[in-house]
Amino acid sequence: MGAIFDNFGSGVIPLEGYIFVSLIMFFAGIYGFLSRKSLLMILISIEMILNSADINFAAFNRYLYPDQMEGFFFALFTIAISACETAVAIAIVINIYRNLNNVEVDSLHELQEPEPSETKVDL
Amino acid sequence: MEYTLYILILPLLSFVVLGLMDTKWKPVVAGTVGTAILTIVAALSYYTAWEYFSTANLNGTYQKIIAFNTVWVQFNEHLHIDMGILLDPISVMMLVVISTVSLMVHIYSLAYMKGERGFERYYAFLSLFSFAMLGLVVSTNIFQMYMFWEMVGLSSYLLIGFYYTKPEAVAASKKAFIVTRFADLGFLIGILILSYYTKTFDFGILTSCDANVFASFSGVTFMGASALSWAMALIFIGGAGKSAMFPLHIWLPDAMEGPTPVSALIHAATMVVAGVFLVARLFPIYITFTPEVLHGIAYVGAFTSLFAAVIAIVQTDIKRVLAFSTISQIGFMMVALGVSGYGGQAGTGYMASMFHLFTHAMFKALLFLGAGSIIHAVHSNEMTQMGGLKKFLPVTRWTFLIACLAIAGIPPFSGFFSKDEILAATMHFSPGLGVIMTFTAGLTAFYMFRLYYRIFHGKKYQTTNGHTPHESPVAMTLPLVFLGVVTIFAGFIPFGKFVSSDGGYYHIHIDPTIATISVVVALAGIGLATWLYRKENDASAAVARKFNTIYRAAYHRFYIDELYLFITKKIIFKRISSPVAWFDRHIVDGTMNGLASVTQWVSLKIKGFQSGKIQHYAFVILLGTLIIAAIVIFI
Repeated sequence: MGAIFDNFGSGVIPLEGYIFVSLIMFFAGIYGFLSRKSLLMILISIEMILNSADINFAAFNRYLYPDQMEGFFFALFTIAISACETAVAIAIVINIYRNLNNVEVDSLHELQEPEPSETKVDL
Repeated sequence: MEYTLYILILPLLSFVVLGLMDTKWKPVVAGTVGTAILTIVAALSYYTAWEYFSTANLNGTYQKIIAFNTVWVQFNEHLHIDMGILLDPISVMMLVVISTVSLMVHIYSLAYMKGERGFERYYAFLSLFSFAMLGLVVSTNIFQMYMFWEMVGLSSYLLIGFYYTKPEAVAASKKAFIVTRFADLGFLIGILILSYYTKTFDFGILTSCDANVFASFSGVTFMGASALSWAMALIFIGGAGKSAMFPLHIWLPDAMEGPTPVSALIHAATMVVAGVFLVARLFPIYITFTPEVLHGIAYVGAFTSLFAAVIAIVQTDIKRVLAFSTISQIGFMMVALGVSGYGGQAGTGYMASMFHLFTHAMFKALLFLGAGSIIHAVHSNEMTQMGGLKKFLPVTRWTFLIACLAIAGIPPFSGFFSKDEILAATMHFSPGLGVIMTFTAGLTAFYMFRLYYRIFHGKKYQTTNGHTPHESPVAMTLPLVFLGVVTIFAGFIPFGKFVSSDGGYYHIHIDPTIATISVVVALAGIGLATWLYRKENDASAAVARKFNTIYRAAYHRFYIDELYLFITKKIIFKRISSPVAWFDRHIVDGTMNGLASVTQWVSLKIKGFQSGKIQHYAFVILLGTLIIAAIVIFI
């Protein structure tokens, strides 16, 4: 933390700065994933978590191994894969909407046992 | 003589085909097929008998022939269960008896059972019974015999309960099955004890009475009697159950609920003598090692014989009279076996028993078929509804009379010869027993002629509803006539030439003293019956009043059934079964139910963890990750 303030105003952004942003994005995503009721919002939250990881990849590559490019490519791969994943997820969400007329995550209980009503075993 | 296998295969085939076809075939087709197959079986049996008795005699002794044998189950190198066909004088004799009576019953049933619902089923069961009974007598080993023994029990059960819409028939079939099954438990234990020590089931080895085979029995005792005695006594209990010996006789009178031809076949001529056959089959063991058991058999037989004869006097259902008469006559056979010696002329009893079995099968089947003919004509079993039928049923009447004379022991009818031999053997063994058996023979003559007179003589027949009884059709009278002819002439068969205790030649000679006494006693019995029942009069009622107590007791069959009911219902069911059932229902089941309830309760309580909500799961995953991270970092 100290590094951010040490170099404040020097025009150099230290690694910790990137990690801090990524940390905020990650937990914002986690929070969104746990608290949002809409499937679309949950999907966006997942994207945020993935993007925070991408930032980490890029930042670590830039600061620790400046001569190499693996981190950037990893980030590119992750973006491509998250695009695919989003496409699949959106397809699922659309189907859910067609069946249930909403995209609330709580309404997905078709496979759940009905509410417990003292089922008595016939002896 | 491998063709004897067909004697077994054909009835089995007939059973399978008729059973599968059931109502797809017209009754007449099913009946014809069943009868035709039985005709072939009977022809084969006669041919077997002819070939056996003409070729198997070696140096004056009939050899045992194993016509067919295959190992069915191999336990170890010593102990294996075989399936085979053993031909020896008694099994061949039984083949002839069974196939003859069965054929007669098949023919008779064509008319008697005509129009009955389940006619095809009836013929299928008859075939099954014929198969089982034929298999029983030709068994090469005691275990095969046991299996066929159970099979005859099963077919008997099925046929007694043929009229399954009648509650009495259902109850009777259950009673027969349970009582005989109960006795068969003894039989099974006996077999197991016997084979445990001798390491074999085979009749050939067992009846050779080789001391080595029985060596391991030496010194083994249980409750003061040797293990071999126990084994043989238990085997006899099986025989006593099937052959309706006191006190296991209670099923036989009730078994009369079945169709009458079935009573003739199973409960008079063949199945009920299986016990006699069993004792005869194992006779060498009984006589060599356990004569005390054999003597016990004699006393049981004698008591049963007398007991059943007394009851038969007062019964009014004609089939019941015949049933008790059967019990009594089987008692005679058992007595004869029990008092017999072994080998040569000492084996009078054995020969007499088999002879009586043969003649009894014929004339008792005749009596039952005659009774069926009467029932067919008057539609009742009760004597009180009969009387004066001689005009209406001439064929039935004469054949019935022949059978009555035979069972009463009047020469020259067949029963005289066999019964006379039994009385001679018994008299030789113990005069006391001989007197009892002679007295029983007199009772036999009395109750048979009481039956005869009350059916055919006495009061004029009251026609009811304009219905006049008429003679039965040819299919029914033909077997009657055939069996009547056999009954007249069977006594002249030199039976000792064919069947004797050791396979040798037994020369039948009639002891004039004993013959005279038995004929006089029989005539006295007939005379008494004539005086009481020939004409309708008050004498019989007066006699009944005079012996009121014994009359009532005998009429209620000495309350043996009530005693059984008391023991089973009041003691076993109430005192033992009910508490056990309570224990099972409340303690055993309760434990299981308790376990199930606890499991259900616990799972109801903890099922909230599996909420099915994605975010809930995600939270738990996150929490878990954090905890693991904390552990990794701080510890």
